[in-house]
Amino acid sequence: MPYRLLDDAPTADVGFVASGDTLAACFQAAADATLAVMLGNPEAVQACTQRTLRAESDRLDLALLIFLEELIFYKDSESLFLRVTQVEVTQRGERWGVEAQAEGETIDPTRHLLSADVKAVTLHRLDVRQVDGRWDATVVLDI
Amino acid sequence: MVDQKPDRSMLRRQAVQLAEALWEIPPSAKHGMRVPARIYATAPLFQQMDDGVFDQVTNVAMLPGIVNYAVCMPDGHWGYGFPIGGLAAMDPERGVISPGGIGFDINCGMRLVRTNLTYDDVRDRIPDLIDALYKRVPAGVGARGFLKLSDHEFREVARHGARWCVEHGYGWPEDLERTEERGAMPGADPDTVSARALERGRQQVGTLGSGNHYLEIQVVKPENVFDARAAEVMGISIPNQVVVMFHCGSRGFGHQIASDYMQVFLPLMEKKFGITLPDRDLACAPFASAEGQAYFTAMQCAINMSFANRQVILHRIREVFADVLQRDARDLGLQMVYDVCHNTAKLEEHEVNGTRRRLLVHRKGATRAFAPGMPDIPAAFAAVGQPVIIGGSMETGSYLLHGVPSGRQAFFTTAHGSGRTMSRHQAKRQFHGKQLERDLAQRGIYVRSVSYAGLAEEAGAAYKNIDAVVAATATAGLSEPVVRFTPVGNVKG
Repeated sequence: MPYRLLDDAPTADVGFVASGDTLAACFQAAADATLAVMLGNPEAVQACTQRTLRAESDRLDLALLIFLEELIFYKDSESLFLRVTQVEVTQRGERWGVEAQAEGETIDPTRHLLSADVKAVTLHRLDVRQVDGRWDATVVLDI
Repeated sequence: MVDQKPDRSMLRRQAVQLAEALWEIPPSAKHGMRVPARIYATAPLFQQMDDGVFDQVTNVAMLPGIVNYAVCMPDGHWGYGFPIGGLAAMDPERGVISPGGIGFDINCGMRLVRTNLTYDDVRDRIPDLIDALYKRVPAGVGARGFLKLSDHEFREVARHGARWCVEHGYGWPEDLERTEERGAMPGADPDTVSARALERGRQQVGTLGSGNHYLEIQVVKPENVFDARAAEVMGISIPNQVVVMFHCGSRGFGHQIASDYMQVFLPLMEKKFGITLPDRDLACAPFASAEGQAYFTAMQCAINMSFANRQVILHRIREVFADVLQRDARDLGLQMVYDVCHNTAKLEEHEVNGTRRRLLVHRKGATRAFAPGMPDIPAAFAAVGQPVIIGGSMETGSYLLHGVPSGRQAFFTTAHGSGRTMSRHQAKRQFHGKQLERDLAQRGIYVRSVSYAGLAEEAGAAYKNIDAVVAATATAGLSEPVVRFTPVGNVKG
């Protein structure tokens, strides 16, 4: 599993550390973790529709936050569960950019094991760093 | 950012007990504190609080313009930015407004509805009522409400709150009188809200949400009436009377507004406003700045959306009771007792060192509790004080309280719930949703939940003892209990 849940997240929230050999893999693992907080069986999400997710910031950790918020936005605005299939993280000068492809379907309580409704990605302990050649992202979601 | 990581347990040790349920951490405890931090709790509740609470409440004491002290309520627990149960009053001229002091779920709150029914009248119909409520009040991830609103209509909801609902047939005119702020903040301006926030919330009016949000049928047992006079004034006077209580907020709309303005404030905080704080979750702007004012008006839109959400849910509850019991909702006496917010910042007048001052009061997981005779509470409650609704876990029960004159010490504020003691992750490992559902049924509580995992997270043992929290608010002089409610049916998101 490229992510693990934090035992010491704030009492009312859920936190995780997502890891990957590359930044792109790390961001994809963070997207998987976010979906898994909302849904007990992410593998049940079928690829009925596609979306392109974009994020940009002059800070890498905020680029991750904005990217993950895209998943939360589509969950509320279009009732979509999205699985991220491909991520590209780029740096141009001072700006970090994320472009990701995602596929998914309308939330269906008869097939999807609904779990917690994520309200937001918080700044609490938010961190993206390289450790021994691997990228680790720490994220706390507000539930 | 200040690079300072104080020993959190050291902060707890520096607290001085001022009274049986009041502790104070002096400004000398941490570099940057402008005022003391105060924690309302009895000794056992104080010991139960996680170290994060002490770290966070002392961080709040660093906010520019904070008046008197940073405060944490007896149900306080570790959040982000402010602790949940946090209170801070700011000078509107010199002070800041912080989304972290309000919460992502702006105007998360409680609504209580009375009935003319006794438990004996409906004992056998509880499953029917809960099943129907479960169908008619959408809950859980991605749920959409029955109102299909255009962008223009949703903007009107954001502007006019519960009043819009009543004007469109979703409620009774007297409901507004029984809602904090009469169900609408006058300063709401949807032009300060992003298109994304409007899009995120537009289909969610009339939905419960998930997490700790719920809708419950409860009973007032005769032995749980503590103040019969106040209870009668609030519409509770029949032995074993049935009431309906629910807890929800502004859904994705409020969440997005909070997220949007955190991103606006973050880059400006140090560069433009010269504010340095130890935690990015305290991102803020001077209240008087253009950015601070924009957030304030946007945040009021979310307050209004939340009032509208609870108003539409009340409408559905009345429909369900009328359909299932085949009696008119008015005949069933389904009148509102009150609706309280517990995640807001509002401009209020308070006395500070003998002078009346207008203050921006942040309450995050804390409930306004105005005393008898104060303006801004319904005339019907002038003699007893503002009703305060404190929700417990689905297993343990909830309370109706009233505000008291001694509440002025905490800007007339009290607790909001029982407060978690166990993380969601830990609760899910320790409890099993299906087993919990069976256990509750054996104890006479019929539960319908969208999510067994979510049900496990909300197990009663994951929360503080609600009786202890309520007793602490009374000991501290923040509020007095009126009645205690026992759950008999629950819809959980």
